[in-house]
Amino acid sequence: MNDGLMIEVENLTKRYSGHAAVSNISFTVRRGEIVGLLGPNGAGKSTTMRILACYLPATSGTVRVAGLDVYEHSEEVRRRIGYMPENNPLHYDMRVREYLKFRARLKGLSRRRSRERVDVVMEQCDLTHVSRRIIGQLSKGYRQRVGLADALVHEPELIILDEPTIGLDPHQIRAVRQLIKSLARDHTVLISTHILPEAEMTCNRMVIMYEGSILAADSPDNLQRFMSGHSQILAEIAAPLEELNECWAQMPEVEQFDVSPAEGAYHRCALTPRDGLDLRPRIYELARQRGWLLRELTRNRHSLEDIYVQVTRPEEEEES
Amino acid sequence: MQAYLTLTRRELSGYFLSMTGYIIIAAALFLMGLSFVVLLEKLQLEPTLMPVTELFYITPFFWLILLLSTPVITMRLFALEKFSGTFETLMTAPVSDREVVLAKFTAALVFYMIMWLPLLGCLLIVRHYTNDPSAFDLGAVGSTFLGILLLGCLFLSLGCCASAMTRSQVTAAMISLVFGATLFLVGVLSSQLPLRPSWQTQVLAALSFFEQMHDFARGVIDTRAVVLYLSATLFFLFLTLRIVESRRWK
Repeated sequence: MNDGLMIEVENLTKRYSGHAAVSNISFTVRRGEIVGLLGPNGAGKSTTMRILACYLPATSGTVRVAGLDVYEHSEEVRRRIGYMPENNPLHYDMRVREYLKFRARLKGLSRRRSRERVDVVMEQCDLTHVSRRIIGQLSKGYRQRVGLADALVHEPELIILDEPTIGLDPHQIRAVRQLIKSLARDHTVLISTHILPEAEMTCNRMVIMYEGSILAADSPDNLQRFMSGHSQILAEIAAPLEELNECWAQMPEVEQFDVSPAEGAYHRCALTPRDGLDLRPRIYELARQRGWLLRELTRNRHSLEDIYVQVTRPEEEEES
Repeated sequence: MQAYLTLTRRELSGYFLSMTGYIIIAAALFLMGLSFVVLLEKLQLEPTLMPVTELFYITPFFWLILLLSTPVITMRLFALEKFSGTFETLMTAPVSDREVVLAKFTAALVFYMIMWLPLLGCLLIVRHYTNDPSAFDLGAVGSTFLGILLLGCLFLSLGCCASAMTRSQVTAAMISLVFGATLFLVGVLSSQLPLRPSWQTQVLAALSFFEQMHDFARGVIDTRAVVLYLSATLFFLFLTLRIVESRRWK
């Protein structure tokens, strides 16, 4: 009926007293995908997730989870979602195991089932050895894992994690990412982040948001390919400046070039090729013919970082 | 139902996991103790025909305990969760708004009744030392506790409502204290009314919590008061529910 679609968002708009936090966005997520919502702070990621998790109503547009409207069938949808909000709020006065059992019971698991599930998720999130500690006394990394365990405890079809790795140290970030990846086998995961490598590493698909709209939505590879038209070639060559300038100007494949002096006799040439051509063999050939010394030759593949900066950069900055 | 019970248990344990619960109980106990010192001194001076519960009620401490404890008990219910963000995890779990409101109210009510339990101990002590079984009349004690329960329902539902309105516990406590004190003062006012029958005095007379509680303490159960308290409680709980739901209004 819903063609294996887990999330369907159509023309979603959310206004807070006149100001549109999310305006007219549409996207879908298939079952089993890990999708990253990416964007700077205030892009509307959290708002979108809160609407998906039935915490806030949409101003207009429809949102369906597993074919159910989040507004009409709110409770049914919430049963299928494991949601971890931004900043991961927890009851700091409870013990880890106690908290997870409370959440499991609240989500409608039977006494026996909740005991089983709590054991499983504590194992999964590596919490077993702190199960009797008070949450307020745990380090941030452990609290984050408690939040994750809570999102997983009722075996939801869809897991929504709002900035799951914020504020963690690199070691903990790696552990959390590993965990998210391992979830992908049985669950659909939607995570939000403003850290690009995170999305690049964990997600099958990325949705880039900026100021309440979607700028791009594709797999990390496709997004990179889309940008490769703007790649750049760097060459450091020991040759007179005029000769280099003249040479690049005559080469039809070079759209733009910039030559600047480097140390010694070397000059640093930054070339933008037409249509994303790879000029490196040509340059090597040229250097050999003319007897130039070539000490560096690289192609700057745009990382997703650049894509991200480019599409999320405010307009004014782009013009200047 | 399961969510309701789970949540009630969690809310109730919340009082005892933090210091708040113990502090409230200690403060209430202190005031009850004071009132009994006053009461025993009175008994020493002259014998009286009043039941002990009534003697207790006419000391000013009863209203002090009620007015001060209810805002403190209820202030955390919604405001704390909204402030710490756990309200979001709560409301995105598959529980209905009604279950949440009822569970929080129930937990507050149970805690409130636990807080009043030492009063029973005080009454037993009086009975023990007066050697007069009539000092501890089960009927009067029962109706006093019924009155405490009903008044508690009213003031706690008011507090729930105040707590749902804001994310600051202090604001919640102040709102419910102001409204609670207003109700109390209306009660005081109506107990000092001239006996000139007009519709205003009749309305005020219906709201004379002062007199009504006095009846309960004497062992008289007035159904009009019972209906008033229960319907007012329902009204405030309904308001609370609407406030909680309002988040989802388009």
